[in-house]
Amino acid sequence: MSVTDTKSTELPIYSAKDFTSDQDVRWCPGCGDYAVLSAVRKALPSMGKKKEDFVFVSGIGCSSRFPYYMATYGVHSIHGRGLAVATGVKCANPELEVCVVAGDGDLLSIGGNHTIHTMRRNVDLTILLLNNKIYGLTKGQYSPTSETGKISPTSPAGSIDYPINPIAVAVATGCTFIARSLDVDMKGLDTIFKRAMAHRGTSFVEVYQDCNIFNHKAWFYASQKETMYETTVKLEHGKPLVFGNDRDKGIIFNCGSPKVVTIGEDGITESDLIVHDETDRFLANMYAQMAHPEFPEPMGILYADPSKPTYDQLLYQQLDDAKKDAKKKGGRPDLQSLVTGNESWEVR
Amino acid sequence: MTSDQASETPETTLDSVVIRFCGDSGDGMQLTGGQFADTSALFGNDFATFPDFPAEIRAPKGTTFGVSGFQVHFSSEHIYTPGDRVNAMVAMNPAGFKVNIGDVEPGGIVIVNEDEFTKGNLAKCGYIDGYNPLDDEEINNKYHLVRVPMSRLTKESLADSGMGAKDINRCRNMFALGIVYWLYERPIEQTKAYLTEKFAQKKGLPEVAKINIRALEAGYYFGETAEVFPARYRVPPAKQEKGTYRQISGNEATVLGLVTAAQKADKSIVYASYPITPASSVMHGLAHLKRFGIKTIQSEDEIAAICTAIGASFAGDLAVTGTSGPGLALKGEAMGLALMLELPLVIVNVQRAGPATGLPTKTEQADLLQAMYGRHCESPLIIVAPRSPSDCFNMAIEAVRLAVEFMTPVIYLSDGYIANGAEPWKVPNVGDIPDIDVVHPTQEDFAEHEFLPYARNPETLARPWAIPGTPGLEHRVGSLEKDAETGNVSYDADNHDMMVRLRAEKVERAAQSIPLLEVDGDPSGDVLVLGWGGTYGSITTAVHQVRANGHAVSSAHLQYLNPFPSNTEEVLRSFKKIVIPEINLGQLSMLIRSKFLIETIGINIVKGQPFRVDTLVERITEVLEQ
Ligand SMILES: Cc1ncc(C[n+]2csc(CCOP(=O)(O)OP(=O)(O)O)c2C)c(N)n1
Ligand code: SF4
Ligand SMILES: [Mg+2]
Repeated sequence: MSVTDTKSTELPIYSAKDFTSDQDVRWCPGCGDYAVLSAVRKALPSMGKKKEDFVFVSGIGCSSRFPYYMATYGVHSIHGRGLAVATGVKCANPELEVCVVAGDGDLLSIGGNHTIHTMRRNVDLTILLLNNKIYGLTKGQYSPTSETGKISPTSPAGSIDYPINPIAVAVATGCTFIARSLDVDMKGLDTIFKRAMAHRGTSFVEVYQDCNIFNHKAWFYASQKETMYETTVKLEHGKPLVFGNDRDKGIIFNCGSPKVVTIGEDGITESDLIVHDETDRFLANMYAQMAHPEFPEPMGILYADPSKPTYDQLLYQQLDDAKKDAKKKGGRPDLQSLVTGNESWEVR
Repeated sequence: MTSDQASETPETTLDSVVIRFCGDSGDGMQLTGGQFADTSALFGNDFATFPDFPAEIRAPKGTTFGVSGFQVHFSSEHIYTPGDRVNAMVAMNPAGFKVNIGDVEPGGIVIVNEDEFTKGNLAKCGYIDGYNPLDDEEINNKYHLVRVPMSRLTKESLADSGMGAKDINRCRNMFALGIVYWLYERPIEQTKAYLTEKFAQKKGLPEVAKINIRALEAGYYFGETAEVFPARYRVPPAKQEKGTYRQISGNEATVLGLVTAAQKADKSIVYASYPITPASSVMHGLAHLKRFGIKTIQSEDEIAAICTAIGASFAGDLAVTGTSGPGLALKGEAMGLALMLELPLVIVNVQRAGPATGLPTKTEQADLLQAMYGRHCESPLIIVAPRSPSDCFNMAIEAVRLAVEFMTPVIYLSDGYIANGAEPWKVPNVGDIPDIDVVHPTQEDFAEHEFLPYARNPETLARPWAIPGTPGLEHRVGSLEKDAETGNVSYDADNHDMMVRLRAEKVERAAQSIPLLEVDGDPSGDVLVLGWGGTYGSITTAVHQVRANGHAVSSAHLQYLNPFPSNTEEVLRSFKKIVIPEINLGQLSMLIRSKFLIETIGINIVKGQPFRVDTLVERITEVLEQ
């Protein structure tokens, strides 16, 4: 794979192969994780970063095996804690490009606390949520994103939990980059992943992922040609929200709420539709609430705010300020005077 | 005004004095006691302090559970503990009196603020039906009770200051301190300077500084003129080795030790932690040291804290996470991860009394078994334990050194007693402290052979610490079992058995890198008193006393608990009986018995307080006389 932009001319020319480790991938045949893995391997060569500067971090789950399959630095940690580990990597070396791959149980159940707080702090990480609405690795129990009524080994009479809304969580915590994609949409994944990695701050990408063993077809409404144009709306910055098999439907504001309309009916034209603005957090809030089957589900980059300083940036800013301040007061900070303190006395 | 000012009161010279200041948590007792300690330090005494405060920040005023105390032991001899028999007490209110009077020795001086012994205040702490202990004949016979109307005298002495009643009232503690300074012939200049700096310079309240200083002086003059004390006491300076000294508490020393280790390793530190008493002040201290490259991260919980530290370690920083027992429990799984990844990590555990929330401001030594075994599966870690406030400096450096040398997590077991207690410390010359060697391999190191992330140093069994950003050494570490050779995921049965043993062997090998166990006293005899952690002071003092009584008793103190120093068994077998005092129900005893099949006799008292020397003397003597 050739590298095009000028900045990366000093970089070796990578291909997806350079990011492929020698480990056999062990996901079930047909698992949606394969597509994501391949999209990521293909996207990395054009990121303008050296291979040794990428770190993939994960927790536990089928999806969390991801780092083993990348020929970069990587940590496969413990269930739910990928974000906390990744925060440490980034704080130790902010030059690194850190990506966390997590399942829905990993990120939103056991690791829910870290998700909220990592996003709140705006640590410069990319989070790939491989949401299959099920616990894959532990053989099919319902997950925090499973729909109410889900029949599973731990919910034979149907789950009585209401599902969590990952996008709404991201919006609520102030996450600065929020996107949604599909495992089978290679092109969409590629664009979104590159934007997410390039974003400075916490990037959150929810990927609808098919677990063809324990929750096959969970996302078929959004992934199959026959239905997807009616059930999803592709967001493009500056473009109106148009969807439908015949691209004849759109979304308008109706007393502040979104409403599905047909273009051409009741005098509605394209100019009446909501225009996507990825910097608008009120729109992001609205997108978070647009769910199948009442609404088409927004896909693409829902929100991006590159203006907020990142946690690691602020951390290093404070370190630099302190070092500069010390320099002003007399050069290198002196360990001996720190250890001696300013209330010592002499015994002669 | 100086201590040698002429006075008509007769003088008595004493070797040491234990004084306790007590009152309501709002009475400023920690500050008062701290000042007395500072002044004694500058005067040249050896000293040790014991702050004892309630868990509630502002417990209801006047209640027994809101009592705050600060004890100072100062001496012309070398001392190891803040003392247990109180020779003099200052009680600012009835609740303080009630809680602490039992610790005062018969004949001891008890100075009370009698203005606070009102009917209402007496009732608040359970003195009812008109009973006032100050009028109790038994109390008056047993102690040298000195009733001082401190509130009124403070008010009168500051009447013309133009300050409000509230500000004036807050100066009572300085009045009390003034009395005690006179009584023990301490100079008051140091505290005056302190008050000026604290109130006038830092807070911009020069009037507050002024009235505090006036109250301090008024107290001093009161002592001089009121003739309520039969004598003044002089505790001459201690003979100390030449050098520069400072006062240091355990948590301060932990902070300095960590920073020193980082400088010696030429590394930044990531210290990730979630606030918890009594560990928080370590993070408070480190947060001010950004200029030394210290990154403190207040995580969302203890699990996040240790995991963030692990991530930082993977990326090449010195990683430290700090907590107390409840937090250590939360970190359990992640400690297993750090062990599996074989990354250096220091876990600071400042123990407190529990379980659950227990007595969060009180001390205990009951996390030893948690440190040893409180994780799933075979997961041995190196464990070190400082033995005194100043020893925290050395042991924090040791924890970092061992973690890096053996590429493994190290638990550092301090406790609330030494964390908050302070003592004088001869400041080391940091230039004399050896460097900590850190090697991050590069691609050039592997020109001849393949880089394998789990290849081992044949001596220490440590794996290489290759860090992200290094070209050509990209590798994955993970929580799944790995192949002993390649580090790749392996489900092979024999390989797992081998790896379990390897990880254990690595910790065992640390014994070659730690000092031998030293014996205080004869290397053999009737009884060896073996201790660990913060009980060093009480045990050493007690054993010296018992030995002075003519017994063949020695002591030894373990600063390394896993692995034990390599001569431990030899030391133990040189004595007929092994006595192990611990502030738990026998955790070290259990380890010693199971490891060496040696009988031990425990002294186990779990009251949230350090051991009393006289109790230890009594119990050790009992064993000797059996
Ligand atoms: C502390 C802990 N609790 C439970 C588990 C078992 N466990 C492993 S993965 C998992 C859930 C996996 O589901 P998800 O995170 O959605 O990932 P997926 O396998 O679906 O990709 C569970 C419960 C564990 N490994 N560790
Ligand atoms: S169980 Fe489901 S999620 Fe896991 S590998 Fe198989 S298909 Fe993929
Ligand atoms: Mg899942």
